[in-house]
Amino acid sequence: MLIHETEVADTFAEAFAMWAARLVITAETADWAMAAAQSVTGFATSIIGCKCEAGVEALLLPGQTPDGRPGVSVLLFAMNEEGLGKRLVERVGQCVMTCPSTACYDGLPVEPKVPVGSQLRFFGDRYQISKLLGERRLWRIPVMDGEFLVDDRFGIQPAVGGGNILILGRDQRATLRAAGAAVAAMRGTPGTILPFPGGVVRSGSKTTSRYKFLHASTNDAFCPTLRPMAPATQVGAEMGSVLEIVIDGLDLAAVETAMHRGMQAAAAAGALRISAGNYGGGLGQYQIQLHSLLERAPA
Amino acid sequence: MSLALTLHTAPAVPLEADVISPARFAGLSPLEAAKLIVVHGNQSAELGEFFRVSGVANGEIDLTGDLSHVKLIGAGMAQGRIVVHGPVGMHVGAGMTGGEIIVEGDAGDWVGPEMAGGRIIVKGNAGHLVGSASRGSAAGLQGGEIVVFGNAGNEVGGGMRRGLIAIGGNAGDFTGVNMLAGTVVVLGQLGARTGAGMVRGTIVSMHPAEMIPTFSYACTYRPVFLRLYLSHLRTLGLPVSDAAMEGSYQRWCGDAVELNRGEVLMLEPATTTTSPGAPQA
Repeated sequence: MLIHETEVADTFAEAFAMWAARLVITAETADWAMAAAQSVTGFATSIIGCKCEAGVEALLLPGQTPDGRPGVSVLLFAMNEEGLGKRLVERVGQCVMTCPSTACYDGLPVEPKVPVGSQLRFFGDRYQISKLLGERRLWRIPVMDGEFLVDDRFGIQPAVGGGNILILGRDQRATLRAAGAAVAAMRGTPGTILPFPGGVVRSGSKTTSRYKFLHASTNDAFCPTLRPMAPATQVGAEMGSVLEIVIDGLDLAAVETAMHRGMQAAAAAGALRISAGNYGGGLGQYQIQLHSLLERAPA
Repeated sequence: MSLALTLHTAPAVPLEADVISPARFAGLSPLEAAKLIVVHGNQSAELGEFFRVSGVANGEIDLTGDLSHVKLIGAGMAQGRIVVHGPVGMHVGAGMTGGEIIVEGDAGDWVGPEMAGGRIIVKGNAGHLVGSASRGSAAGLQGGEIVVFGNAGNEVGGGMRRGLIAIGGNAGDFTGVNMLAGTVVVLGQLGARTGAGMVRGTIVSMHPAEMIPTFSYACTYRPVFLRLYLSHLRTLGLPVSDAAMEGSYQRWCGDAVELNRGEVLMLEPATTTTSPGAPQA
């Protein structure tokens, strides 16, 4: 299959069932909200080494936030409910509560819910104040710049992680251009994040290693420098660089929408081939076939 | 179509009509509803002796007439809707746990005493003791919301334990007296002795007020939680100004004779410059 002159491999992306939460972070200014968002999503590229994956979903205008201040929505993903609950408390406590003027709200009106504010309230040392507005319980935690306001509990839901596309290009610059175009097209897809730096990962991995102490190692099939020696190389002779974009989403449809947009944009920007990473279909709960995704109506 | 009750005979003395509640009318025809018992002074009577009843009992009740001597309307209701097209007497919504009561006129004393849920909206003025505890009770409002678009009398939110009371006009003396928790917002002026005996809870005023000596000034700041409350009150139709949304509030902590964990938040006028020391209330 071709998009423009870009070959799309007849393969699938293997994605995984995860759990997700959405934080709505507001602050006195958009800059401070983004400072907190960048901090809370730091060191959260892959659950392999970071315990969670997180990223900015969208910028929010004052009219879109609970308190009418500028904000940012952040998505956070983990492998299970318990892990997600712990990461939320850790990250909101260390990265949002610490940031001047912020407040943090639950952005998913779903069940089940995990305690966040109800854990962080103890920082108030018995000076904290609970407020109940309708069914919504909030905690006002006294801090040096006034108060940190946080929802008592945050909704979490089953989600999809590890959707991906691989962009194969002539050289590093050309592949970066194509990947950048793909990221620009994919960013802002509602319900998704791209957890890696700039949305792109250059060190894609496979789930095996020759070292007993490692669970993952370099994806040699897509390493151009290993083309003559990798047992199952996927890199053509004319290809000098491969970049991967990983997508986590609140549901499969959101991940597929982002992948669709990304493939179209990468092809338009001159990618030689588009492929996807999978583990033979034996690990993940979802298989996103690239060809059938592209054959559906554009997102 | 709702169940319509139209007052055709004004009660000579107060009429206790706690039967006027959606659950009490459920499944009844207008004729059956008219036979429900009310208490007129010290005598039992039938509802139909005072009201013409028509329509269908579908969970909504429309009341028409000068009901300023009719008490306990909606008492204990758990669901449904009552609209009073006119004034209403004392104890409207007493102990209610859900549903909504809208009074298009004035309400007497004791609006929503010890209610635990639901919402009461009074488009006119209310008397004393809005959302207050009964004399001898440990707590007043236990939950729900009371919104009075006009003025209210003394002891608004006395002993309240939870919930939200909002007064669009002025409130009388002893607002939040012996308050345990919850939030009272007054868009107009406060009377004297605000917060006396309060343990916890929040009283918000859009105007300066004289604080009793057992309250201490803490700081002037912009409480974020208040923006959510004021936005909510705006959606209910109260005229919350942009100045109130964006402004700075003096925080007064008290009552020191109790736990000292209560607070009175007073909107600082926009033209006032805050001096380094404690401001004059």
